[in-house]
Amino acid sequence: MKLLLNPGRRFVIGVPYVWLLLFFVLPFLILLRISVTDMGNSVDPFAPLIDTSGDAWRLMLEFKNYISIFSDRVDGPTIYVEAYKTSLKYAALTTLLCLVIGYPFAYFLARCQPSIRPVLLMLVMLPFWTSFLLRIAAWKGILADQGVLNNLLLWLGVIREPMVMLYTDVSMLVGMTYVYLPFMILPLYANLVKMDMRLLEAAHDLGASGLRAFWLITVPLSKAGIIAGCMLVFIPAVGEFVIPSLLGGAENIMIGRVVWDEMFSSNNWPRASALSVVMIVVILVPLALYYRFKDAAGKSA
Amino acid sequence: MAGYLQTDALVKRFDGVAAVDNVSLTINKGEIFALLGSSGCGKSTLLRMLAGFEAPTSGRIMLAGSDIAAMPPYERPINMMFQSYALFPHLTVWDNIAFGLKRERMPKAQIAQRVDEMLDLVQLKEFAQRKPYQLSGGQQQRVALARSLAKKPQLLLLDEPLGALDKKLRERTQFELLNILESVGVTCVMVTHDQEEAMAMASRIAVMSRGRVLQVGTPKEIYEYPNCRFVADFIGTVNLWEGTLAVDAADRCEVKTANGLVSMGHGVSGSLDMACAVAIRPEKITISKIRPAVAVNLFTGTVKEIAYFGSYNTFIVEVPGGATVKILQANTSRYTSPVSACDITWNDAVFFWFDVTAPVVLTQ
Repeated sequence: MKLLLNPGRRFVIGVPYVWLLLFFVLPFLILLRISVTDMGNSVDPFAPLIDTSGDAWRLMLEFKNYISIFSDRVDGPTIYVEAYKTSLKYAALTTLLCLVIGYPFAYFLARCQPSIRPVLLMLVMLPFWTSFLLRIAAWKGILADQGVLNNLLLWLGVIREPMVMLYTDVSMLVGMTYVYLPFMILPLYANLVKMDMRLLEAAHDLGASGLRAFWLITVPLSKAGIIAGCMLVFIPAVGEFVIPSLLGGAENIMIGRVVWDEMFSSNNWPRASALSVVMIVVILVPLALYYRFKDAAGKSA
Repeated sequence: MAGYLQTDALVKRFDGVAAVDNVSLTINKGEIFALLGSSGCGKSTLLRMLAGFEAPTSGRIMLAGSDIAAMPPYERPINMMFQSYALFPHLTVWDNIAFGLKRERMPKAQIAQRVDEMLDLVQLKEFAQRKPYQLSGGQQQRVALARSLAKKPQLLLLDEPLGALDKKLRERTQFELLNILESVGVTCVMVTHDQEEAMAMASRIAVMSRGRVLQVGTPKEIYEYPNCRFVADFIGTVNLWEGTLAVDAADRCEVKTANGLVSMGHGVSGSLDMACAVAIRPEKITISKIRPAVAVNLFTGTVKEIAYFGSYNTFIVEVPGGATVKILQANTSRYTSPVSACDITWNDAVFFWFDVTAPVVLTQ
């Protein structure tokens, strides 16, 4: 198809592409380049990939970094694979928690009186006004052994001695869910608020009670919002570094932490790059497949 | 005889303001009944109370002998065809129609059979697997109809059934819809602001204004025997001449108006000199440049405006005193002759007259 665009339109469409090229594709290519360098030979990571010094041109690719991610040890999966699994698990749990808490929240927000909606929406975004680190630190104060929550429960007599909550997967999930919740609520709200309420009336009219109409009409129609919210939570949660290191325990190492260690402790940039590339593939491939499948389904319907 | 559907002194107040004010209607089985009125007259609120989306402030709704006012919408044996249809966008035509049947936990084979019946009825068999957005407006309307008829409702509610269609499609769809409703034999209550739609489809019409029902009757009764100024003015166009009752006998009466004395061939129940209005439909007035041989209800004036509509002409005639009268004449001939209305042009002095049976006296 030949596109006849005037310069103005070409410019408007071009700007985001240039942006993505400069700040996404280019860094990714650099990352890719570094990831195929051999650390041991102290090869300059920015040396040309093609060696032209010999008789024939040689392509200098080193896949050692990738191979070592998956097969460092014989007796089980490597720490990297473990870290990927942990990251995916906690990201999935965070997403699920955000959805379970965020959906009723967004639903209420979309159905309440239009006059108080701006106030409630502002309250959802209010946490962003405080420093992210400060908010995580506050959770430490709440969840610590001598923290607010334990003291309250002790005072109420619910528990006899303080529960260990901080530096466990519970505290990490609490922190992640808390931080990512707005990213779930906002797209869900944007979707739910647009819903045609007459569709629910039509469902009632045809014999569906409130709950059934919700399951059969509201939920399927908010699918786009659910998917958008889940992606906005899941994708950054997989690579999350700060919250696990501040609230998480020592036993659950997530991939963000591993990349950090390789980069700054071991100074092994090629391996850190390879780990990042694998992470992107792990997230992007299922996403791309999903969209492919969705488009195909949309066309055949 | 008690009607099939009956509303008893039905009232709905929103923040103290009565949207529906003491409405008592009796609707017979198999009838197509129209609620007609301009926007905000309460017709939609009344319909929503019948569907169960609004709870009445007071009054009863009796359907086939039982009070359904407290019943939730999903339990009422009533289905509604929504304005602009409210088809479920994520479901196919087939699933839209099956939606209500599935809620009844009907066996699968029976659902399939019923949906196919409905698709046959509205002639959309080949569109069963389409989504609503892939259909034209007229097809969506038929899906909505099929969906609302699928459960064999005891009462079908139609909210502006043709409102979302353009004018040409409307006329065709109107008769299609009427044929389907009559073949099914379902009792219908429809809401519309379009009087032509109401008159063409309904067996009886209730004209509503400000939450009240002003007149209930067949289309002909409403048009030819309006009971008040509002109804006369709302339905079609009318010339309303205010005046006082001058002569009142058993079989005739005369009303003194600013335009002259109007004689009518029927009596009125009222006292002499009481204020009343005479309503004359524009098409019941004859216009000519030649003085006719009639003695009563003959007036003179000057032609101010002529609008040619092809099948008929509309004349605006100014009478001595400055008031204007609207007159409608059918163009029965293609040629202009001295006696035909076509010959009349702007600023002509004309005679116009009407029969003693043409006007109606309105006291309200």
